[in-house]
Amino acid sequence: MGMTLTEKILANHSDSSSVEPGESVWVDVDVLMTHDVCGPPSIGIFQKQFGEDARVWDKEKLVIIPDHYIFTKDKYANRNVDILRGFAADQDLPYFYDVGSDDYKGVCHIALPEEGFTRPGEVLFGTDSHTCTAGAFGQFATGIGNTDAAFIMGTGKLWVKVPETMRFDFEGTSMPPYLMAKDIILQIIGDIGVDGATYRTMEFGGPGITAMTMEDRMTLTNMVIEAGGKNGVVEPDAKTEAYVRERTDKDFEPVYSDADATYHSRYSYNLEDMVPMVAKPHSPDNKATALELEGTKLDRAYIGSCTGGKLSDFEAAAEIIAGNELKLDTYIVPATTEIADKLETHTLNGKPLIQIFRDAGCHIGQASCAACLGGPSDTFGRLNNAEVCISTTNRNYPGRMGSKEAQVYLASPYTVAASAVTGKITDPRVFIQETVI
Amino acid sequence: MSNAQQIEGKAFVLGKNIDTDQIIPAEHLVYSLDDPEERKFYGRYALSGVPDAESGLPEGNTPLVEEDKFESEYSIIVGGPNFGCGSSREHAPASLDIAGIQAIIAPTFARIFYRNSVDGGFVIPYESLEDLSSKVATGDTLRIDPQNRSVHNITQDETYEIRPLGSVADIVQAGGIFEFARKEGMIPCH
Ligand code: SF4
Repeated sequence: MGMTLTEKILANHSDSSSVEPGESVWVDVDVLMTHDVCGPPSIGIFQKQFGEDARVWDKEKLVIIPDHYIFTKDKYANRNVDILRGFAADQDLPYFYDVGSDDYKGVCHIALPEEGFTRPGEVLFGTDSHTCTAGAFGQFATGIGNTDAAFIMGTGKLWVKVPETMRFDFEGTSMPPYLMAKDIILQIIGDIGVDGATYRTMEFGGPGITAMTMEDRMTLTNMVIEAGGKNGVVEPDAKTEAYVRERTDKDFEPVYSDADATYHSRYSYNLEDMVPMVAKPHSPDNKATALELEGTKLDRAYIGSCTGGKLSDFEAAAEIIAGNELKLDTYIVPATTEIADKLETHTLNGKPLIQIFRDAGCHIGQASCAACLGGPSDTFGRLNNAEVCISTTNRNYPGRMGSKEAQVYLASPYTVAASAVTGKITDPRVFIQETVI
Repeated sequence: MSNAQQIEGKAFVLGKNIDTDQIIPAEHLVYSLDDPEERKFYGRYALSGVPDAESGLPEGNTPLVEEDKFESEYSIIVGGPNFGCGSSREHAPASLDIAGIQAIIAPTFARIFYRNSVDGGFVIPYESLEDLSSKVATGDTLRIDPQNRSVHNITQDETYEIRPLGSVADIVQAGGIFEFARKEGMIPCH
């Protein structure tokens, strides 16, 4: 019987030649990623279980990317980075992206692909629920807790229950000019609910996927956890190979779903029929169209995070912001230092993107998670009061971006930028010429 | 936590989508889990983020752990679907364990919470075939019988079905992933 892409990767990394949903297998881990929040406790468990002097199973496979609580005076947060620094030095780890050094990257889920760790066909675990982002490259990638991370540090293995796969096909050969991957994933989460994919894989395919860039695909897989999904995957193609080959010398072997693979369920969406979407407070599945919410008053706009802080997200926002005055306090946080550099070099009508944002009066932050998860009270862009914010991030539970009194609307960079210009929730189609007629 | 033997105790009932912030609010994550004195506070504040009206259904307004206590009189949690959603925070199942909870029965669990519960050896997550949060009342005495895949509600004299633990049963039995791996010889004993 045929296997899905996820089933094949798990089989290839286990003792079995084939696996079925529901069975548990031990898999060999290709990459373990951890960051400043979960790294220190994972290291603590590792040392307790394997001994103070224990060595990690393979230092080439452990990647440590501090990104959460970085530019803060909070002493506990800074102590965490110190613990990572000490561990990386003791273990002589080649892939530690230290704060304050030239290696510093920023948000781990964007840094991983940039540094060539998201290789098709491999298994990646990370101590962060959005580790699923890497599935955009045809990798099996999912989030785990500290105990599991400590176990991998010592053994290089972890048990996995083989998930059933839900298949989402996109019809249409190109993205309509006003539509972004964020709209698509908010629509899907709204349709299936915050537990609609619990324990399962969300596999995205069809002609619409071929049309999407790698960054679009990352936006889709990033948010599968908001539907409870274990992992999200897109089958690798020429775009995937080109992206990954440019960033690593390591060999990898892409795998694909069989034509006769068994799926838990199938969904189909036509890109032409989809419209700008918003998730209302306080849940990512609380969906409405941007049009339905037009006129909703806002205090702040936030463009950043592993979901909406990539280069293409800022390009989209700049298209709308360029030449306009903004009615909202608008925060720009590039996910990584590589993206921050590109904001200086990439231009729109001859003007660097960063200049467009500066001229419009945006506040520009340093690469990190920043206010996506609130963080210490001095975090850049944090909602410290009962503000109403429209954001390109991925979660809007009470208190997620700071104060429990705040309200967060999730939307695409187009919709957030359009709303920043008008001061109210705005369907971006009014700003996008091709579609007005 | 005990292994997959019968568990008998009083039930504490919650609704759906109980997230890790309700289980242990982020402001309490400062305590060290290794320090015996500080560790107790995780028990003290377990489930303190649940809105009062939804804590201890159907009546509500019942805390899991009484004011000034560190352990609960309840030992089994009955919850609605998607129990433990949210972050990958391991303090969530740990705090329930420290409060004295041995098992959670819910129709579905968020998977990272489920894994953390089992691999950390904190609490046993049993999946029920139906949502029991409207059938069981807080304070009912339940007996979980994993062998017979059933939960007997002694107070109401009703019996419900649970799913077998399946492949995680051995890890539950061992008391966590490290204990399991030592038993299997995957990693050396201390
Ligand atoms: S940007 Fe936000 S969602 Fe992404 S890793 Fe950082 S905190 Fe998590």
